[in-house]
Amino acid sequence: MRWTNWRFVLFVAVFIVGIALSVPSILGLKTGPKITLGLDLQGGLHMLLGVDTKKAIESKIKSIASSIKYFSEQNDILLEDLKIGDKKIEFTLLDKDDAPKIEEFIQKEPGIVIKKEGLHYTLTLTPKEIESIKAYAIKQAVDTIRNRLDQFGLAEPTVAKQGKDKILVELPGIKTPEQEQRVRKLIAKAAHLQLMAVDEARQARADTMTPEEAAEYGDVILKDRHGRKYLVKEIPILDGSMIKDARVAFDQNNQPVINFTLNSEGARIFGDFTAKNVGKRLAVVLDNVIYSAPVIRERIGGGSGQISGGFTVAEAHDVAIALRSGALLAPVYMEEKRSIGPSLGADSIRQSLIALVSGFVLVVLFMIFYYGIAGIIADIALVANLFLIIGVMALFGATLTLPGMAGIVLTVGMAVDANVIINERIRELLREGVSIKKAIEQGYKNAMSAILDANITTLIAAVVLYAYGTGPIKGFAITMSIGILASMITAIIGTHGIYEALLPKIERSKNLKTWFGIKV
Amino acid sequence: MEFFKTDKIYNFMGKAKLFMAISAILVLGSWALVAFKGLNFGIDFAGGTIVQVRYDKPVDIAAIRKALKKSEIFQDATVTKFGSDNEIVIRIKSSTKNLKKDIGDEARAVLKGTGNFEIRRVDMVGPKVGGELREKGLMATVIAILGILIYVSIRFEWRFALASVLALVHDVSIAMGAISLFNVPVNLDILAAILTILGYSLNDTIIVFDRIREGIVESVKLKDLNAVINESITKTLSRTTLTSLTTFFVVLTLYLFGGEIIKGFSFTLLVGIVVGTYSSIFIASPMLTILGFDLQKYRAKLAEKRKKQQEKERMRAMYEQGMV
Repeated sequence: MRWTNWRFVLFVAVFIVGIALSVPSILGLKTGPKITLGLDLQGGLHMLLGVDTKKAIESKIKSIASSIKYFSEQNDILLEDLKIGDKKIEFTLLDKDDAPKIEEFIQKEPGIVIKKEGLHYTLTLTPKEIESIKAYAIKQAVDTIRNRLDQFGLAEPTVAKQGKDKILVELPGIKTPEQEQRVRKLIAKAAHLQLMAVDEARQARADTMTPEEAAEYGDVILKDRHGRKYLVKEIPILDGSMIKDARVAFDQNNQPVINFTLNSEGARIFGDFTAKNVGKRLAVVLDNVIYSAPVIRERIGGGSGQISGGFTVAEAHDVAIALRSGALLAPVYMEEKRSIGPSLGADSIRQSLIALVSGFVLVVLFMIFYYGIAGIIADIALVANLFLIIGVMALFGATLTLPGMAGIVLTVGMAVDANVIINERIRELLREGVSIKKAIEQGYKNAMSAILDANITTLIAAVVLYAYGTGPIKGFAITMSIGILASMITAIIGTHGIYEALLPKIERSKNLKTWFGIKV
Repeated sequence: MEFFKTDKIYNFMGKAKLFMAISAILVLGSWALVAFKGLNFGIDFAGGTIVQVRYDKPVDIAAIRKALKKSEIFQDATVTKFGSDNEIVIRIKSSTKNLKKDIGDEARAVLKGTGNFEIRRVDMVGPKVGGELREKGLMATVIAILGILIYVSIRFEWRFALASVLALVHDVSIAMGAISLFNVPVNLDILAAILTILGYSLNDTIIVFDRIREGIVESVKLKDLNAVINESITKTLSRTTLTSLTTFFVVLTLYLFGGEIIKGFSFTLLVGIVVGTYSSIFIASPMLTILGFDLQKYRAKLAEKRKKQQEKERMRAMYEQGMV
């Protein structure tokens, strides 16, 4: 026997590598390359989030207005009717001598178009600026959500931008509905902190005033957690973008509170404001709900503040995470959600394994029944093929999904195809009375173009499937492509090597019935 | 073991008209089904929500329906058993964008009191995503077919490419007809199954075509295209049957044991394998004659090609000798 032909050696090498790479996945070892199970097989939460970029533009407008207001107050520039409308800011200047000063300040902000009618200014954003705010809002949402989930302490969360304006979130670790609920809330939390001035002059009328009337004074009506209404200035003193840190602490009554620290700019604005407004109330607003509205007793320097207001510890913890990781510039909403319970995933694995094993046994027996020893050889290639698929997937850390399992099962059915084609060719040649050695050589040669053409066309379909598919379909395309490529090695090169090794034995025995399942 | 007699050439082309007629009826019937009965788009493409619930005892669907009526969201819900008597699927057409208020939570609240249950799966797809997925799916199919068309045109001849694509349209049409007839919800996995059929059926067709191409060159004594086709199909017959059988068995085990979720997928594949095998034997090859494939011209072209090749090699040999 000639076991040292290159085909056989290559086949054995590939076989061993396949086994070595797939052992960690099959036995569930801690070390070594392993296949990741898709969410449909291990359970978990899959979400596709949309981003409401309109809100990001609104808040950008708001923050520009805030800084104009702060600047004008600092420089004793008198503005009348500073208002924000649909994608624009309007104000009137009282003293035209101030015009150059304020225009210079506004021009420092990028992407603003100034329209001037006398002393009435209208500011809008350029289309390019709007696009860049949108793009930034999405990127920022991805980063923020990732940050929040990382701090939440889940195993392997995936947060990635998908398509133009969507965010894919995959959380394999989610097992209970309560966990899922908490995660969803944490992601959805805008964590938009604003410090707003209470309009003390009109606060008494807060309960009766309509929102339209409030808007005329540049105010908005907000409620606190007990439903009490407050009239606050629409343009905030500062917002969460200036927060440096937020931590859970406990007050004298042992209630959880959140201490936050502002960056230097925020601290300066905060200090100036509190100095000028002693005796007035300052509303701490989180996601448009007033948490507390303490009276300012003195100038607060150092830039730290506190949010109190009857949190539970877990709530305070999640709010602190959200504040720390930053506000979502734009709120997110759910476009698609798939949550799979762990028991369903386990069932899916079990059922597809049953299908895989029974299908495998059927094919193996059928091949032996039909081709004799040639069938056994094809079956060896099939086994090698299976290991190779698992091994290669583990090597690249590919994700195995339920359709991926189906892909493997299907590959078992189709992988013997190449050997069927080859065996048919060999039989044909043997019937024509060609010598065994020549029949094998020629059989492989004749079969090759058909096998290549057939595999390449199937591969084209699989690649397209991969490029255009999503999630589970991608998984299917991966297993199918790897299966096709692996079968080229095992079924074409590997079996050829085995025949070459066994050739002297086949030639001696001359029993074509046992070897190829035919009588000539 | 052998399936077919080896010394007999079966006359497939003689019955070509009959099979063409059968296929025409099947394809037109499928189109009619899809056009009038329509496809049952599942939530992946139409948007909506599915909640899969498993109870620890066989369920009383009437009680569940009654419980669901209490909720506004589940007013128009359909409830069906799923796989076993213990498991149900609730389908609704709406979806929610709100991250904080979830349909799964709502279902949990509404179903309280209907027994011990576990919510195993909640799938929610918004209408926008559904539309995008549908577009992408259609795009994938078209691009896959184009790619195949180009590859086969290069490797064979344009008539082979057209014939194989027509056979594909035939297979996919009939598979869609079956999907419509049996009301299988069309989801992403069905799309995967359709694309697999595309690959599988093409695989089959290409192998027959490869043999025909070989027959054209080698069986020079056969002057008639039909005779070449008959001989080629006969020679590939046991391979086609065998591979189709192994694949069919395997997909059948998937259908029987693979679980409820994969039923639609494996059903579509089963239909596809049967139709794909049939079409590569009885439909794709007769197409060649219908499309006006000319045996003599093709042989002449091949001979021309071979002559050029030989000429080139001769030139090269002379050139190389000249250099030495």
